[in-house]
Amino acid sequence: MSLLEVRDLSVTYGADVRAVRGVSFSLDAGQTLGVAGESGSGKSTVALSLLRLLPSSARTSGEVRLGDEDVLTMGWGRLRTVRWAEASIVFQGAMSALNPVRTIGEQIREPILLHEKVGIRAARERSAELLDSVGVPARRVGAYPHELSGGQRQRVMIAMALACRPDLIIADEPTTALDVIVQAQILSLLGDLVRESNISLIMISHDLSVLAETCDRLAVMYAGRIVEIGTSRQMIAEPRHPYTRALSGAFPTIGDPASRLAPSGLPGDPPDPRVIAAGCPFEPRCPEAFAECSTHPVELWPAGERRESACLKVLPEFAKASA
Amino acid sequence: MNAPALEARDLKVTFPPRRGRGPARAVDGVNLTVGAGEIVALIGESGCGKSTLARALVGLIRPTAGEVAYQGTTLGYSSKALKRFRRYTQLVLQDPGGALNPKQNVFDAVAEGPRLHALRSGLHERVHDALSRAGLRPPEQFVDRYPHELSGGQQQRVVIAGALALDPAVIVADEPVASLDASVRGEILRLILDLRESLGLSALVVSHDLGLAWNIADRVAVMYLGRIVEQGPVEDVLLRPKHPYTRALISVLPGTDVDPVLLRGEPPDPTAIPSGCRFHPRCQRFAALDASDERRATCTGRDLPVLTAIEPGVACHLVDQPIEESHASSDIR
Amino acid sequence: MTLVAPARLGGVRRFFRMPTAIAGLSILVAFTLLALTAPLYIHPSDLDVTKATGGQLAPPGHGYPLGTDQPGRSVLLLLIWGTRTSLAIGVIATLLAMVLGSAIGLLAGHYQRWLGRGLMHVTDWFIALPSLPLAISLSAVLGQGARSITIAIAVTSWTSTARLVRAQTLAVEARPFIERVRALGAGNVQVMVRHVLPNVAPLILVSSTLTVASAILAETTLTFLGLGNPTEVSWGTMINQAYTGSAVTRGAWWYLLPPGIAIVIVVLGFTMTGRAVEHILNPRMMIR
Repeated sequence: MSLLEVRDLSVTYGADVRAVRGVSFSLDAGQTLGVAGESGSGKSTVALSLLRLLPSSARTSGEVRLGDEDVLTMGWGRLRTVRWAEASIVFQGAMSALNPVRTIGEQIREPILLHEKVGIRAARERSAELLDSVGVPARRVGAYPHELSGGQRQRVMIAMALACRPDLIIADEPTTALDVIVQAQILSLLGDLVRESNISLIMISHDLSVLAETCDRLAVMYAGRIVEIGTSRQMIAEPRHPYTRALSGAFPTIGDPASRLAPSGLPGDPPDPRVIAAGCPFEPRCPEAFAECSTHPVELWPAGERRESACLKVLPEFAKASA
Repeated sequence: MNAPALEARDLKVTFPPRRGRGPARAVDGVNLTVGAGEIVALIGESGCGKSTLARALVGLIRPTAGEVAYQGTTLGYSSKALKRFRRYTQLVLQDPGGALNPKQNVFDAVAEGPRLHALRSGLHERVHDALSRAGLRPPEQFVDRYPHELSGGQQQRVVIAGALALDPAVIVADEPVASLDASVRGEILRLILDLRESLGLSALVVSHDLGLAWNIADRVAVMYLGRIVEQGPVEDVLLRPKHPYTRALISVLPGTDVDPVLLRGEPPDPTAIPSGCRFHPRCQRFAALDASDERRATCTGRDLPVLTAIEPGVACHLVDQPIEESHASSDIR
Repeated sequence: MTLVAPARLGGVRRFFRMPTAIAGLSILVAFTLLALTAPLYIHPSDLDVTKATGGQLAPPGHGYPLGTDQPGRSVLLLLIWGTRTSLAIGVIATLLAMVLGSAIGLLAGHYQRWLGRGLMHVTDWFIALPSLPLAISLSAVLGQGARSITIAIAVTSWTSTARLVRAQTLAVEARPFIERVRALGAGNVQVMVRHVLPNVAPLILVSSTLTVASAILAETTLTFLGLGNPTEVSWGTMINQAYTGSAVTRGAWWYLLPPGIAIVIVVLGFTMTGRAVEHILNPRMMIR
């Protein structure tokens, strides 16, 4: 049985903002999944919904099965136990996610004291261990967030996420605001942690190359749905959806003559979550769209080994279609 | 031969000491040139001084030493001289939503520059023309909108249109696509390239993203702690980097041939610049030197000369010398 | 496809959906109408002490819905006429305070070094001065009457606006669009007037509605203390004369209560309107 199974998850904010429209995927223990997408794709909403952290104005439907329980319907007490002890989140923007008036040591201790029945001294030792394991010298346990650099704060966030030995970590844009070199360090750290402790990881980012390096599998989201899912190596080498192709082309590989003085991007903008288009939601911006794209409903179809794509072109009858 | 479009000559910008900290030498001696019709990328991480340098080059910050020159003429800082300069060099910022006055509609935002310079005749045409050139077509559809009604990409185009309305010859862009969605990034970069083709615009693009340099730049200059440490044509610097810092930056990008190097040490702090070569505390080549190697003293003691403006160069004592570099270290901050 | 635009007049629509806003605005509109239309049905003779026709300090009865004062004038007509003076003083004093406070706040926020610091020292000094004794001294120097009271109130009310505007100016000037506009070639005056001021104006609007309320209360206080011109009719003078004429001991509640209640209602009106405006503007000020 997989560690995490999401079935047909849908989230609507307020009356009409359909942020997530039927997302399904599963994750086994020790596996890593990257979720790629831009603003309005719903990726952060999916992440937050896994621990039921959405605001009260959000209405969810579907199932999020952690083990054999559904997070969306479990009782409050059980939810609090699950949060952090079984699955934890590394939030985006470490500066705002950390409490500026408390030391990092206190903030790491907090979940330990809440979830495990240990005394302060044991909690202190554990937080020193955790800081060490993420590469922050243990002597900085009394520092305040503003005294640390961006990279160090993100490490503290990771240490906090590890505090209760969860089975699953969800990292929401963990490297977005960081410099290239620090970003590489954080990704390397996450990779090591996953391998050493067999923790499952869901990483969310808008940068496909970052995800491809750290995650075994990749899911690309657009307009609240997954448009392609498969192993990351295959998807980068041979994308089967035009949006995946566009995303991977957005950040060029240095040395690739095709992108030298030739930036590639998509016209238009990510779609408005209030609008429900008929046919494929990507059609207005798709460079490979043809007539049926605006009317034929799309869903994830098999597109290779352990691969699915929501593009009409993977269906045999449209394989040779063109604009 | 044409005088270069924009130059920094021995430029230094030092910020005065603030409580507890000493003076910050944000720009510590830089020669940089942008030629006519050229796109130069200035790459560096946060704290290296690239944003300060960009602002000094558009006259928003007065240098502590050295000078800024455009078409060979030194920039004066009287309000008249500055005003004349503004028609020549314009700035595009990182956060397009914040760069637009929320109380002004698109027309007013683009017309702001011409109005400030008393270019009132033909204002309507000028604004529409600028909007079209920035890719917002038809302009009539956009002039009445307010910034919050536009997407990030459209906002950035409005900012670019505002710059174009003054018919500048040089655009300085500070992280122009960093806060935009990945799929929109290409369009804005392509716009910059198109403007070079159609208007002969020169550009200095400041970024932390080396891929951006590969996408649109002719030459690239890598900056660290207030100095340029390597510069040259993009193909040379990015495919055959010589400076250890450049090598480290390139090595962490996917698909590059350089072996991965994870730098050690603290991120750069302009109030505490190391002696000698300012990169030596983090340098993987320095770390690989034997304790007894006399080159260590050079790296810790002797400062490097400031690179000249145009010729390709590397500011490193150990360049082209055979050393076994140390690799991925997990002792990192 | 572009993002859906929130309507520009959405704020006005939301305003009219708030009960406090409607209540507050209704009060203000009613009293303003009262003040403006008063000359149509009140003759100078109604207010003239020598031409009073009613009984002295008579309780409410036919012809005099709110009774009469000592000379025999109709309290109701006095009340309505007093609206003019009290509102006028409140609004004008607030206007002066707003202009002075905004100007100082804007300059202090923009020119942060010696000018800014100097202005803030002056402001702090004014804040430190106790306002009531200051107002009394000013009125004593400038002579009794509405004019000196207006000036006294203005002088003691501008400081909170100044501090508010300065803080907001600093916040606005930290935003990237100010840098962009300077790069386009804007000078100091242009930055302050064309860019900072429109973004600070909503705050000034909210602050002024609340200041009017306190200005009216201040006017009442000062005239009650006898600094007003006894021949002018305002709510404060009514309370003052009721007090000095021993209306309390004589049980003439109809003379004492109406002006007091009127003041409370008007102040409430301004406060409710001000809070509603602030509520509308706040979410918008948070949008990038």
